[in-house]
Amino acid sequence: MTKRFISPFDVPTPAGAEGWQSLYSYSSLFSEGRREYEDSRFWFQDGVHWPQALSPWDATLFEFALASLSQYNTRQLRIPAANGIDFRILNGYVYLSPVAVPADEVMARSVEFVDRAGFYYRSWNDLYAAWLTKVRALIAEIESLDLSALPESEDADEVVKSGSGIGSGWRLQEGYHRLLDLAHKVWQFHFEFLNLGYAAYLDFFSFCKREWPNIPDLAIARMVAGVDVDLFRPDDELKGLARLAVDLGLEEAFDGSGAADVVARLEASHDGREWLGSYRNAADPWFEFSTGSGFAHSDPVWIDHPDIPFGFIRDYILRIRRGEELQRPIQAILAERERMVGEYRELLPDAPSRAGFDTRLELARTVFPYVENHNFYVEHWCHAVIWRKMRGLGGVLAQAGFWPDADDIFLLTRTEVSEALWDHYASWATPAPAAGPTRWPAEVRRRAAIVSALRARKAEPALGIPPEVVTEPFTIMLWGITSESVSHWLRTSVDAGSGIRGFAASPGVAEGLARVIDSPAQFHEVLDGEILVAPLTAPSWAPIFGRIGATVTDTGGMMSHAAIVCREYGLPAVTGTGVATSRIVTGQRIRVDGTHGTVTFLE
Amino acid sequence: MSAVRWFDATWEVGCTDAGGKASGLGELTAQGLPIPPGFVVTTAAYHRSRAVGRLDESVLPMLAGLDPSDLADVADRCAGIRAIVRQLPMDAGSEEQIRGAYRELCRQCHVADVPVAVRSSATREDSAGDSFAGEHDTYLWVRGEDDVLDAVRRCWASLFTDRATCYRLDRGLDHLSGEMGVVVQKMVQPRSAGVAFTLNPANGDRSAIAIESSWGFGEAVVAGEVTPDSFLVDKVMFVITYRAIATKEQEYVLSGADAVVRVAIDAARGEQSSLTDEEVLDVARLARKVERIYSCPQDIEWAIDAHDGRGGGVTLLQARPETSWSRRPRTVQVEDPADFMSSIVSTLMAPLHAREDD
Repeated sequence: MTKRFISPFDVPTPAGAEGWQSLYSYSSLFSEGRREYEDSRFWFQDGVHWPQALSPWDATLFEFALASLSQYNTRQLRIPAANGIDFRILNGYVYLSPVAVPADEVMARSVEFVDRAGFYYRSWNDLYAAWLTKVRALIAEIESLDLSALPESEDADEVVKSGSGIGSGWRLQEGYHRLLDLAHKVWQFHFEFLNLGYAAYLDFFSFCKREWPNIPDLAIARMVAGVDVDLFRPDDELKGLARLAVDLGLEEAFDGSGAADVVARLEASHDGREWLGSYRNAADPWFEFSTGSGFAHSDPVWIDHPDIPFGFIRDYILRIRRGEELQRPIQAILAERERMVGEYRELLPDAPSRAGFDTRLELARTVFPYVENHNFYVEHWCHAVIWRKMRGLGGVLAQAGFWPDADDIFLLTRTEVSEALWDHYASWATPAPAAGPTRWPAEVRRRAAIVSALRARKAEPALGIPPEVVTEPFTIMLWGITSESVSHWLRTSVDAGSGIRGFAASPGVAEGLARVIDSPAQFHEVLDGEILVAPLTAPSWAPIFGRIGATVTDTGGMMSHAAIVCREYGLPAVTGTGVATSRIVTGQRIRVDGTHGTVTFLE
Repeated sequence: MSAVRWFDATWEVGCTDAGGKASGLGELTAQGLPIPPGFVVTTAAYHRSRAVGRLDESVLPMLAGLDPSDLADVADRCAGIRAIVRQLPMDAGSEEQIRGAYRELCRQCHVADVPVAVRSSATREDSAGDSFAGEHDTYLWVRGEDDVLDAVRRCWASLFTDRATCYRLDRGLDHLSGEMGVVVQKMVQPRSAGVAFTLNPANGDRSAIAIESSWGFGEAVVAGEVTPDSFLVDKVMFVITYRAIATKEQEYVLSGADAVVRVAIDAARGEQSSLTDEEVLDVARLARKVERIYSCPQDIEWAIDAHDGRGGGVTLLQARPETSWSRRPRTVQVEDPADFMSSIVSTLMAPLHAREDD
């Protein structure tokens, strides 16, 4: 390839964002000291997880996630041909670069890999059951961290006479550091299974592609996909609550007013209180569900914003009254899956090849529940708890005059929060004026302006020298980065007139008027039958999938969480187009072909 | 007994009055395969007409003492007999049924005097092995009731070709033992036509159905005279996984004189796909159905004819077993199926497939 992407050292700083580098860890920045290395590599922007320029503290979970991924590939599982993924932040956006394994190390590593990964595959179901237990325990531990405000006087019994010898100032700082450690720990857990899950899936994928070079990727995904999946549980709970409201004759309470009014109305009747009890049971934990990827503190979480689930429930009540069937046709989905498996299997020539197919399919199906479900537990539930805890801590420091709003804490890096807490603790201990209230109010204003200047500018899709061929399996599976998508980015202007291409993420064809939105806050604008065009979709958008015609996104691959959910809901989807939100306008008539990954502009 | 049997869902599999070729077509119809519409004039029509025209009385004396080694005499006498058969008066009932059936075919196809192919369908064909194959007559582009009746009689006459006559003589068969059904089938006038394989001939992939298509009659595709549009369809999901629309420069079309001629395609149409996506899938479904019926990979010829009496769907013209890939031994490299780890290791070390749909 003769063409290359812009060098990370040549990307200009957007106006108003000067000094953005101070908002992030020095180790995550491109820098003169590593220039030779950094300038020789290929970097792609990860818009699947981080579609917006990061808030400084939010970079914490990004860094924990990437380092944990790398550690599992490289140090723990010894994946034979893939090391970790190096990561940088440029203009607030996230860039990733897969690191290869030197050829002479591959054989030795594969011996270690067989031993380690083999153990996991053989004991998958037991280990996965243990995983669910330990992740739930970890989330409970984060919930239990005491990050409350410091008292005027320590409790005589609990603190002083208990003989513990420590006070609330230490407890508060320990609590924050513990929060960081546990957040890092949940990301260790996240990758305990994920890479192995993808590897087993890829093995079945490769078997199918070797035997049937022309088989669509989607067919393979659909043979493996589960039906009873935790990631779909939040939406199923909404439907159940809508059904219960209808059965109890409570539809009138859901008249479109805010959740608080609806709750007040329901509290007034016996049946209403029964319904609210069911709501609370469902909400914990299933509405710990972010409206985004879960990686931004600002993405509303259902349980904290009950207007969102109540709005969906009202929608579902209306659909039930129109006589629509809301439940996913599980029997039909299962029957179709078995038909496909049966027909492909029948195309194989002999018993050994069928046995090979069966073994791989079985393993892929064993690992796949983790691939589908972990997202709810880590990115949604655990992150929601982390965001809440941080917001609480932000409130404590806001109370102490460090900044106006609790959420301003996310404008500090994780180490700066540690310093601010020290500042607060020391001033409380003395007492004496803290430095924070004179430093941070102006600083958070400056930083908020920088972040919005960064967000106003779209990220470069890639930087540096494109690879001849993309072979790193996880990069392809998760981010949808292939040799083709890279060359597509290099010539985005070529077929500018008639349409755009992306991943055939969920099959089907739909035609309609586009509705371009940036966030779930704009859901109320979406009309029935429209085609949703967005930077990305999240699994928590499923409740509106029933009333739109199709979806098109800028980012995401075949296995992105949004793609999994769209397939489950039978919603045609084209993902990873790179440019949908900038090339399509609301009201434009388009045709989405989710079977072939094309979007055609009809006007 | 009826003088006519239609090729449609009502076909009685195993009927003995249609002749070999018609029975084959009827059975395809009974399986639900869309062959060109038409009917067979049954052996009953021949029998009745033979009786009405007292054919036995005129023919048997003409064959008395025939010496099969005297080729000139055989040719003479057979030509005489055939001339008589061609003038054979039909019984009124049969004639009206055949005329009525042809009118019905015209009505179904929305074409006045629809051109048909009239082909003999002898009942002896099967028992005599291949020896009569191609022996009997075929008349193409026949139009109008009278011409159809005339072509039917010509087919009957072909029972008395020199070779058929000598064959009976040789075997000691009764000269009037030959029976003849006659197939009357619409001439396909394709808007588009081509071939389909129930595997990908490029790589042997059995999950794929490969389709080649061009404008007009399929001869251009079969003979390789154009670069056709080509498609791959997944035979389980029924989605188009590959397409290449070629620049098609020539096509065979029907000229005014009922002859098929080669003409240039105008540039704009040459760039267009000769099939819609739905038609691609219809061709694939047809190919898959034939493959399932015969339980082995198939190579079919098909056409899309706007006046096929079915609203312009895909018509099956020919089906035969695919031979090139089907004869190769198929081995899939499967190590010990229980040893999934070594398979996963090689998966992780091998570069992934290149995506092929870009």
